[in-house]
Amino acid sequence: MDLAHLWFWIIGILFIGYFVLDGFDFGVGMSLPFLGKDDVGRRQVINTIGPVWDLNETWLIVAGACLFAAFPQWYATLFSGFYLALLLILVTLILRGVSFEYRHQRDSLRWKGGFDTMIVIGSAVPAFLWGVAFANIVNGVPLDAGHNFTGTLLTLLNPYGLLGGLTTLLLFFVNGLLFVALKTDGQVREDARKLAFRAGALALVVAAVFLIWTVVAHFSPAVLILAAIAAVCLVVSIVCNLRGIEGWAFGFGAVTVAAAVLSLWFALYPNVMPASNDPAHSLTIENASSNLYTLQVMSWAALVFLPLVLAYQGWTYWIFRRRVTRSHIENAVPVH
Amino acid sequence: MDVLDPLALARWQFGLTTLYHFIFVPLTLGMGLIVAVFQTAWYRTGKAKWLHLTRFFGKIFLINFAMGVVTGIVQEFQFGMNWSDYSRFVGNVFGAPLAFEGLMAFFLEATFIGLWIFGWDRLPKGLHLATIWVTWIGASFSAYFILAANAWMQNPVGYKVVQGRAELTSLWALLTNKVALATFPHTMLAGFMFAAAVVVAAAAWQLKRGLNVEMMRPALKFGLWSVLISFVGVFLAGDQLAIAMVETQPMKMAAAEAFYNSGCGADASFSLFSIGTPDGSSEVWSLRVPYLLALLSTHTLTGCVEGINDLNAQYAQQFSWTGLTDFAPTIWITYWAFRWMMGLGAFAALVSLLGLWVTRRKAKRPVASWMWTVAIWTAPTALLASLVGWVFTEMGRQPWIVFSLMLTQDGVSPNVPGWQVLLSLIVFTALYGALFVVEFGLIVKTVKKGPDPLPDPDDPEAPAEAGPAELTTVY
Ligand code: HDD
Ligand code: HEM
Ligand code: HEM
Repeated sequence: MDLAHLWFWIIGILFIGYFVLDGFDFGVGMSLPFLGKDDVGRRQVINTIGPVWDLNETWLIVAGACLFAAFPQWYATLFSGFYLALLLILVTLILRGVSFEYRHQRDSLRWKGGFDTMIVIGSAVPAFLWGVAFANIVNGVPLDAGHNFTGTLLTLLNPYGLLGGLTTLLLFFVNGLLFVALKTDGQVREDARKLAFRAGALALVVAAVFLIWTVVAHFSPAVLILAAIAAVCLVVSIVCNLRGIEGWAFGFGAVTVAAAVLSLWFALYPNVMPASNDPAHSLTIENASSNLYTLQVMSWAALVFLPLVLAYQGWTYWIFRRRVTRSHIENAVPVH
Repeated sequence: MDVLDPLALARWQFGLTTLYHFIFVPLTLGMGLIVAVFQTAWYRTGKAKWLHLTRFFGKIFLINFAMGVVTGIVQEFQFGMNWSDYSRFVGNVFGAPLAFEGLMAFFLEATFIGLWIFGWDRLPKGLHLATIWVTWIGASFSAYFILAANAWMQNPVGYKVVQGRAELTSLWALLTNKVALATFPHTMLAGFMFAAAVVVAAAAWQLKRGLNVEMMRPALKFGLWSVLISFVGVFLAGDQLAIAMVETQPMKMAAAEAFYNSGCGADASFSLFSIGTPDGSSEVWSLRVPYLLALLSTHTLTGCVEGINDLNAQYAQQFSWTGLTDFAPTIWITYWAFRWMMGLGAFAALVSLLGLWVTRRKAKRPVASWMWTVAIWTAPTALLASLVGWVFTEMGRQPWIVFSLMLTQDGVSPNVPGWQVLLSLIVFTALYGALFVVEFGLIVKTVKKGPDPLPDPDDPEAPAEAGPAELTTVY
C-alpha cells in the first residue's frame, strides 16, 4: 500500500476520533433541555465533559490540518464547496465553546439560560451538519474539471444527505446520554438512562435505514460488514443500558459511531470526493494527494505523535474518571 | 469597488478574523508563562499570595483562552473556504507545518489545559504545576509552526514547483527559514509584553483603589519589569527581522519607509514623517534622519537600500508572467503601520520605566491617580503594537500571497460567490463584535473583583495552606 492510501485511512481514523469523542460532547450538549432540572443538575451535565471537550474538539482541528497536508485538493474542494454549511458549523462551534467557559461567570439565571441555549444549538447544528456533509462526500457532488464544487447549499440537502445528518444527530445524542449516565449520579443519571433507551430505539431505526441505503448504493463486503457491526453494537448498547451496565453501554455506543464512519470510508474508497455529474472529474486518492516527501514526513510525525497523544489523552480520562456528583458541584468553587 | 467582489471581501474577512485571533493569542502565550511563573513561586515558597495571584491571572488567562481556541478553528478552515486555489497550490508545503502544529502542539495544549483547570484537587501539587508548563510549551510550539508557515509565504524555501504546484523538498529548510527564526522570538516577546502590560493594568486598577496591596505590588513590579525587558527583546529581535526582511522582501522595507529612489549611506535616510503624492509614486515632503535606514537595513553606515521605483522596474522584468508593473503594497499603510508598531511599543516601555521609578521603594511621593490611569492604558497600547505589526507584515507582502510565487488575486476560491463571502464577513463581524464585548466585560469584572483576599495573619483559625476543598474547580 502506498503512502497516499495509508493517509486516506489515517484521515479516516482522525475523523473517527473526532466523531466518537466530540460526538458524545454534542450529545451531552443536546441533552441539557431534557436533563438537569435545576442549575446544579445542568452543571452536573456540563461538567461531565468540562475537562475534555476541548481536547475532543481538537481532533477536528488535527483532522482538518492533516487533510490539508495530505490531500490539499480534497481540502480545497471540500471546504470551498461546502462554504455555507461550514460557516454554520463554525459559528455554532464558536457559540458552544465560549458558552462552556462563560455560562458560570455570572450568577444570573438569565445569563446562564442564554448560554445553555447556545450550547444546545452549538451541539445540535454541527452534529446534524457533519452527517449531511459526510453523506454527501460519499454520495458525490457536482464538480467541474478543476474539481471545484458547482452546486449550492440546496444540493447538499438531498434525502440521503438529510438522512445522514439525522443519523449522526441521533447517534451522538444517544452517546451523550450514555456518557451522562456513566458520569453522574442521582436524578440526572436516572433521567439520562431512561431517555437513552427511547432515543436509542429511534436512532436504531434511522441509522438502519441510512446504513442500508449506503450498503445498497455503494456495495462492498466491507461496507456491509461494518454497517452490520454498527447496527449490532447499537442494539447491544441499548441492552446494556437497560441492564444498567453504563460503561459497556457507552463503549458499544462509541463502537457504533466508529463502525458507521468506517463503513462510509470504505464506501468512499478509492475516491475521496466523487463527482456526481462526471466520474472523470472525481477527486481520488491519487489525484488529490500530496507529493511523496510530504507524506513521508507526515507519516513519521503521525507515527511518533499519535500514540503519544492517545496515551496522554487516555490518562486524562483516567484522572477524571470519577462521577460528577451533586455534592461535588455544590461544594466546589466555580472556575471563575 | 464592487461590493460583491469576492477577492476584496475574502481579504477583508481573512484580515479581520486573523487580527481578531491575534488579540487572544499573544495573551495566551504571555499570560500562560506568567501564570506558570506565579504558580511555580507558590510551589516553591508555599506563600498564599502566589497562589492567589496564580488563580487571579489564571482566570483572565482562561477567559481569554476560550476565545483563542474558537477563533483558531475559523483560521484553519478559512484557507480552504476562501482561498482554495491558494490551498491547492501550497498545500503540499504549507499543510505540513499546520499538521505538525495539530499533532504536536494543539493536542498537547487542549489536553493539558483541561488538566490544569480541573486538576487542582486531583493531581499532586507538582504534577499539577507541570500541566500549566506543558500547556504553555504546547502554545509556544503552535506559535512556532504557524509562524514557520507564515514565514514560508514571506520567503518560500525548501520547495520546488512541479506542474504548477509547490512541493515540499525539505522540511528542515522550512522550519529553519531565516524569517521564521527571526519572527518567532519577535512575536513571542511581543505577546509576553502584552500579557505583562495586562498584569500592570490589572494591578494598577487595584492599587489605584488601595486594594490587595500586598499582592498587587509584587504583581505590578513583575509586570513593569517584564514589559521593559520584553520591549528590549522585541527591539533586538525586530532588528534581526528587519535584516531578514530586507534580504527577502526589499520592497517591504522600501514601502515601510516610503523610500522611492535607491540610495546609499547618508541618502538611505529614515523618514520620521512623509507625505507622498496621491498615486503613491513619489514623495512630496518628508522629515528624515540620514544614515538610519542604511543602518537598520544593512547594519552598516554605508549600505545601500533599494527604492520602490527601482524595485518595480526590476520586478516587472523578473516577474513578467504576472503582467504587473507595480509591485508596491499600499504605501501609507505599511509606512504608518511600521511606525505605530514601534511607537506604541516604545510608549508602553516608557510608561513602564517611569512606573518603576515612581513606585521604587525609596519614592517619597505617593503615585498620583492619573499615573495609575496611564499605567492601565499600557495594555491596549501593547496589543495595538502587535496588531499593527501584523498589518504591516501581511499588507507589506502584497500583491503577493506567496512572495514571488503566487499573487493574492490568484489564490481566492473561484467558486464561492461574493454574496456568500459578504454574508460570512457580516456574520463573523457581528459575532466577533458581540463576543468581544462579553469577553472584555468579563475580564474587567474579574479585575474589579480582584484576587481572593489573603488569610488574616492575626486570625489564628485561618489555615496557612489552601485546602483541597478550596481548590476543587468546576464549570
Ligand atoms: C508589542 C509589539 C511589537 C513591538 C513593540 C515591535 N514589534 Fe515588530 N512586529 C510585531 C510586534 C511588535 C508583530 C505583531 O509581532 C510582528 C508581525 C509579524 C511578526 O513577526 O511580528 C511584527 C513585525 C515586524 C517586522 C516585519 C517582518 C516581516 O514582515 O517580515 C519588522 C521588520 C519588525 N516587526 C521590526 C520591529 C522593530 C525594529 C521594532 C522596534 C522597536 C519592533 N518591530 C517593535
Ligand atoms: C501562519 C500565519 C498566517 C498565515 C498563513 C496568513 C495568511 C494570510 C492570507 C492567506 C491572507 C489573505 C491574502 C490577503 O488578503 O492578502 C492574509 C491576509 C492578512 N493576514 Fe495573514 N496570515 C497569517 C498570520 C497572520 C496573523 C497572525 C495576522 C494578524 C494577527 C495576520 C493578519 C493578516 C491581515 C491583516 C491580512 C489582510 C491583508 C490584506 O487584506 O491584504 N496574518 N494572511
Ligand atoms: C492564520 C493562521 C492561523 C491559524 C490557521 C491558526 C489556527 C489555530 C487553531 C485551529 C487554534 C485552536 C487550537 C485549539 O483548539 O487548541 C489556534 C489557537 C492558537 N493559535 Fe492560532 N492560528 C493562526 C495564527 C496564529 C499565530 C500567528 C499564532 C502565534 C504567533 C497562533 C498561536 C496560537 C496559539 C498559541 C493558540 C492556542 C492558544 C489559544 O487558543 O489562545 N495562531 N490557532
